[in-house]
Amino acid sequence: MSTFVLLTITGLGLGAMYFLIASGLSLIYGLMGVLNFAHGAFLTVGAYGAWFAESKLAGVSVLPRFLLGALAGLVVGGVFAALVELVLIRPLYKRHIEQVLVTVGLALAVSALVVAIWGNDARPFTAPSWLGRTTSVAGAHIPNDRWVEIATALVVLVALNAFLRRTRYGLIIRAGVENRAMVTALGIDVRRAFTLVFAIGGVAAAVAGVLSGVYFGTVDPARGTSLLIFAFIVVVIGGLGSLRGTAVSAVVVGLVQQYANYYASSGLGDLSVVLLLGIVLLARPGGLSAKLA
Amino acid sequence: MTRYAIPVGVLVVLALVPQFSVDIPYVFNGSIDTPGTLQLLALCLLFGGVAMTYDLLFGFTGLLSFGHALYFAAGVYVTDVAITRWHSSFIESIAFTALVGVVLPLVLGAVSLRVGGIAFAMVTLAFAQAGSILVFKNPHKWTGGEEGLGADYTRLPQGLVGIFNTKHLYWVALAFAAAVFAIVQWAVHSSPGHVWQAIRENELRVQVLGLRPYAYKLMVFVLASFLATAGGVVYLLLLGGATPEVTSANFTLTLLVMVVIGGTGTRWGALVGGVLYTWANERLGDASSSHAVSSLPSVLRTPLQQPLFVLGVLFILVVFFVPGGLARFGRVRRLREAFQR
Repeated sequence: MSTFVLLTITGLGLGAMYFLIASGLSLIYGLMGVLNFAHGAFLTVGAYGAWFAESKLAGVSVLPRFLLGALAGLVVGGVFAALVELVLIRPLYKRHIEQVLVTVGLALAVSALVVAIWGNDARPFTAPSWLGRTTSVAGAHIPNDRWVEIATALVVLVALNAFLRRTRYGLIIRAGVENRAMVTALGIDVRRAFTLVFAIGGVAAAVAGVLSGVYFGTVDPARGTSLLIFAFIVVVIGGLGSLRGTAVSAVVVGLVQQYANYYASSGLGDLSVVLLLGIVLLARPGGLSAKLA
Repeated sequence: MTRYAIPVGVLVVLALVPQFSVDIPYVFNGSIDTPGTLQLLALCLLFGGVAMTYDLLFGFTGLLSFGHALYFAAGVYVTDVAITRWHSSFIESIAFTALVGVVLPLVLGAVSLRVGGIAFAMVTLAFAQAGSILVFKNPHKWTGGEEGLGADYTRLPQGLVGIFNTKHLYWVALAFAAAVFAIVQWAVHSSPGHVWQAIRENELRVQVLGLRPYAYKLMVFVLASFLATAGGVVYLLLLGGATPEVTSANFTLTLLVMVVIGGTGTRWGALVGGVLYTWANERLGDASSSHAVSSLPSVLRTPLQQPLFVLGVLFILVVFFVPGGLARFGRVRRLREAFQR
């Protein structure tokens, strides 16, 4: 039983991280039709931004250092993503294949640049020691960082939902996902929403970057790409452009991965996620939320 | 007439390369008949060939696959495992790999082609990722996991082993590139080839005309994947072993970069792109340790040490400023000639 609880909480923590990456991907795709391969680069930039800020704050005590570092990471991730949209994506407006190609090039270039500056090795990431300890729940010793991951993802989910449902910009974004041509026809400059969506996606990916730094205890240049592939799977299973679908499928993917890795054999979790994707696509080619959205 | 004359001429010149001892400064490190240079040239031709197989999908049929690495890696790993772990003979291993090279894309293609567009890209990516995980997981200690698997060279044809035989390996790679070139040219000018290009332009219209796009797409998927598998076998011979990098999603992305830099859906584009990319990747690595680069200020020097950074930026520039890739320069000239006539 205690193992099951541990696996569940860890799976939810992993799902939380997938959700943070996938939510931005899903919104960007839903609104702009761009499959953003550079999303892993946003995560890497955010994580290294946080790590770099931490290393500059060597004298400060652990908690404020961590929080300031994380804040710096989020700002860097968001600004970087917005710049990418303004400089690289916008000039290729409506040419989707070219936009995807540019994000591919960017993903390769950014990870190579990070390797060039800080090397291939993982760098230790300092987090408050409380996060490394465990809490007992139903006999299971749960590492505390899992709670932080789940809580952060929930906060982001609620905040994004509130933003999309309650604000004018949220309304424009939702309308844009539904029918972009109509929004433009009504005289609204939907392109400003594009930059905003990229910035939001960048911040969310940077949050995932910081959290992955806590989860693994390090930042490394390859993690963006490896998490991005699972985020893609989450987005496709959830249905492109649907936030709720993405949240549900992130949880499902995280749990399936953990359970299969433990109960079947290690490494099988990743394979079963791929299998899940195949089944979902064959049964419902539009993803889980195809009918809801 | 020129349709055959130019490719045959290029082939003859390339076939004679190992017989000459010419030093081309900056382009190659050492005379072109040295094993090091021949190895690099062979890799260039091999990846030129593999890029052409990817172009068959992306450039000619408009199928954006992110899982092409899987079929290349199948060629590398299946042959390697059969020779080294199952102790099969070279001929048996090749035959088995050829079988896998047809059955695997037939099954996976049949599944993934049920969806189109971005979903297709994702499904192929996911299947390739499954292959990658399998290789890293090292079942029965067959694949060697992260460390890769050196091929049992006693079972390889003796003419293709060792540094003295680099010349032969070069010819194998050249033969592969030439064969892929010929097959791709023949295929895209055949009648299914015309349907592939019609699917790229407007799939719905093909359907309305009473043809089944699914069957044609599966056909091109199996052909491209099989040729990629053959490329994987050549890679194994060339490198004498398998490394897990060939299974990665990044490998497919580099194929995409090659094809786009060279020019999609053209006769020479993918080949030229693959050759140039492989050459640049190798030589940029050497150039970064040269005196000219190391004397630069560190702001410039650091990024230049990573070939992938330079190539990634170059790729973005090509997408922005040279849509149609390098092949466009050839086409502009031909158009001008057509107008002057």
